[in-house]
Amino acid sequence: MNIIVCIKQVPGTSKVKVDPQTGVLIRDGIDSKMNPYDLYALETALKLREQYGGKVMVISMGPPQAVDVIKEAYLMGADDGILLSDKKFAGADVLATSYALSQGILQFKDFDLIITGKQTTDGDTAQVGPEIAEYLKIPHISNVIRIIKATDKYILLDMDLPEYTGTVKVLFPCLITVEKDIFQPRLPSYKKKIATMDRPIKILGIAHMDDKNEKNYGLAGSPTQVERIFPPDEKFDREIWTGSGESLAEKMTEKLKELKFI
Amino acid sequence: MDLKCLCKKEYKKIDKTDIDHLKNIIEPGRILINEEISEDFSHDELNTVRGYPEVLIEPLSADEISKILKYAYEKDIPVVARGSGTGLVGSCVPLNGGIMLSMLRMNKILELDEENLTLTVEPGVLLMEIAKFVEDHDFFYPPDPGEISATIGGNISTNAGGMRAVKYGVTRDYVMGLEIVLPNGTILNPGGKVVKDSSGYSIIDLVCGSEGTLAIITKAILKLLPLPKKTISLLVPYPDLNTAIGSVPKIIRSKKIPTAIEFMQREVILAAEEYLGKKFPDSSADAYLLLTFDGGSKEEIEKDYDAVAKICISDGAYDVFISDTDERKDMVWSARKALLEALKASTSEIDECDVVVPRNKVAEFINYTDSLQKENDIRIRSFGHAGDGNLHVYVLRDKLDEKTWKDKLALIFKKMYSRAEELGGLVSGEHGIGYAKKEFLSSHYGLEYIELMMGIKAAFDPKNILNPGKVCQF
Repeated sequence: MNIIVCIKQVPGTSKVKVDPQTGVLIRDGIDSKMNPYDLYALETALKLREQYGGKVMVISMGPPQAVDVIKEAYLMGADDGILLSDKKFAGADVLATSYALSQGILQFKDFDLIITGKQTTDGDTAQVGPEIAEYLKIPHISNVIRIIKATDKYILLDMDLPEYTGTVKVLFPCLITVEKDIFQPRLPSYKKKIATMDRPIKILGIAHMDDKNEKNYGLAGSPTQVERIFPPDEKFDREIWTGSGESLAEKMTEKLKELKFI
Repeated sequence: MDLKCLCKKEYKKIDKTDIDHLKNIIEPGRILINEEISEDFSHDELNTVRGYPEVLIEPLSADEISKILKYAYEKDIPVVARGSGTGLVGSCVPLNGGIMLSMLRMNKILELDEENLTLTVEPGVLLMEIAKFVEDHDFFYPPDPGEISATIGGNISTNAGGMRAVKYGVTRDYVMGLEIVLPNGTILNPGGKVVKDSSGYSIIDLVCGSEGTLAIITKAILKLLPLPKKTISLLVPYPDLNTAIGSVPKIIRSKKIPTAIEFMQREVILAAEEYLGKKFPDSSADAYLLLTFDGGSKEEIEKDYDAVAKICISDGAYDVFISDTDERKDMVWSARKALLEALKASTSEIDECDVVVPRNKVAEFINYTDSLQKENDIRIRSFGHAGDGNLHVYVLRDKLDEKTWKDKLALIFKKMYSRAEELGGLVSGEHGIGYAKKEFLSSHYGLEYIELMMGIKAAFDPKNILNPGKVCQF
């Protein structure tokens, strides 16, 4: 089974400040890391490879320094990686990003499954995965919480829906987005760091895509524009209950159920 | 050694006159009498010794404490101070009734002095509050005992150590000044915001680690460091504990000093996984070292850990896993910090030994505890600070009946402490002596040493009202 995992480099901390004038994130001096949700996607791919064989390839889009997330994926066990990096990709919204990634994915030629994380921690739209699938005209399933089994033709999995869990059989090629905690992501390995030190990372631009029309990428290909970025208000909502230990325990159980913690 | 006669005395039982007097000092709501006192205040975290105070007071100031102590001193009423009650040796358990001072309401951070790099706090501030406050201001208070809900007063009273001791030392190294109340009510201010201090006997060092037996701490001036910009942890899986611990002296010799070197065994990790309901990132190996490095940049730390990673691998480690983001660190350290709770949840009762041995003797000591486990047919689990030689060895009761448990425990503890002594170790690395370990302390140091400690106690507290029956008193 050949699997492509989409990964993204995001700021290493949630305490990123926003420039009050321009509304742009101030990334100077802030470490970067792989989007935490993508770790679950990559782990799912690595687990599937352990069980069914094949290759795990990663793709990312970003500035040249985003090669670091590809390297990090190598340290976790990915076999191959592509970075889409081209000034003309800059300023892409969700749709243009999805389009560029779908074009990039076509460069891998041979794949059965694409896995993405649920969302990113800097964009939080959770739309890129499904939009890639739409561009590639392949089926997609979001919010996957469990992989039941895979064959060479299809994958059987559980998806989380608001009221219930759906068990779905999806034919390859397809795309899935996985929920946090589907598997515990492994840590990057020092031995793999040494072993993959010289492994190449392909950096591709518009010139390498099937569609070379610049108008479909970056700012030019984005129907939406970010007007302003601002940190959300912090909420300190709290409820105070009084009562006997027993009644409070019951109330708390109900509340936790309501909030879907249990 | 018979020390039993040295400190025994009869204390005054608290009566209505005493209560009326105390109520004049403390407003209602902050003073509880007998049955009003919750069971929580009769024990500490390990729960092996119990005793209720007759009166529980929540003071707000040194002045109030001074008045209470003055009265107690005059009337011969014992007084015990208590923080969060997270101790493990019964230090905060009142053995003779009397007054308990719960310090939790004295919980203000009083001053951050950026020019002198100090933080002045009241004793009831929790360790996690200090960590968050100073880190928000780009400062660093290095002592990091696993128990973050402990109070700073409790930490000073036991000279708490923690995981960063390998590089940064222990609580004592970060206490620059104190405000203390002596048993007769006198308020003193030893030390201050000064880096050097050769001004006579160090009262601070005596009070630090005295477990509430010499004075009540009402304020502390703590030393801060600039916050290291970046930390990276390494999780190193080994085929067995011996090989893992064997790497530690070599790591230390490499001069690339990590802030922490912890060791963990697979069974303990599995218990933590079950307890937390979360998977540890790797549980395939029998033993692990967990190392942390800090520094100014990722590159600087990578250079340090690269040398250490090579040592580990050439020693037989399966790999070296890199934990370099908040999520990853949380995955690893949340399990490390839950190990004690997880062990407790896995059995009916536990008791622990907190010995400290020279760093190059850790493997030998752990092997010895392993042999005791087989010899006595009982579960013994250990984890701890391989980098500073402080070991936490837990004996688990499981289904043993009371008598068998007590007998086995006494035998095993005796053997462990005498083995530690042979290796050049000491009775307690960071938990203190309190009530539970005083026999071991006296047999380790002998009569003359204990008598010297008693002399110090008598100089501070001639009527022996502060936390009697602890540390050096029998």
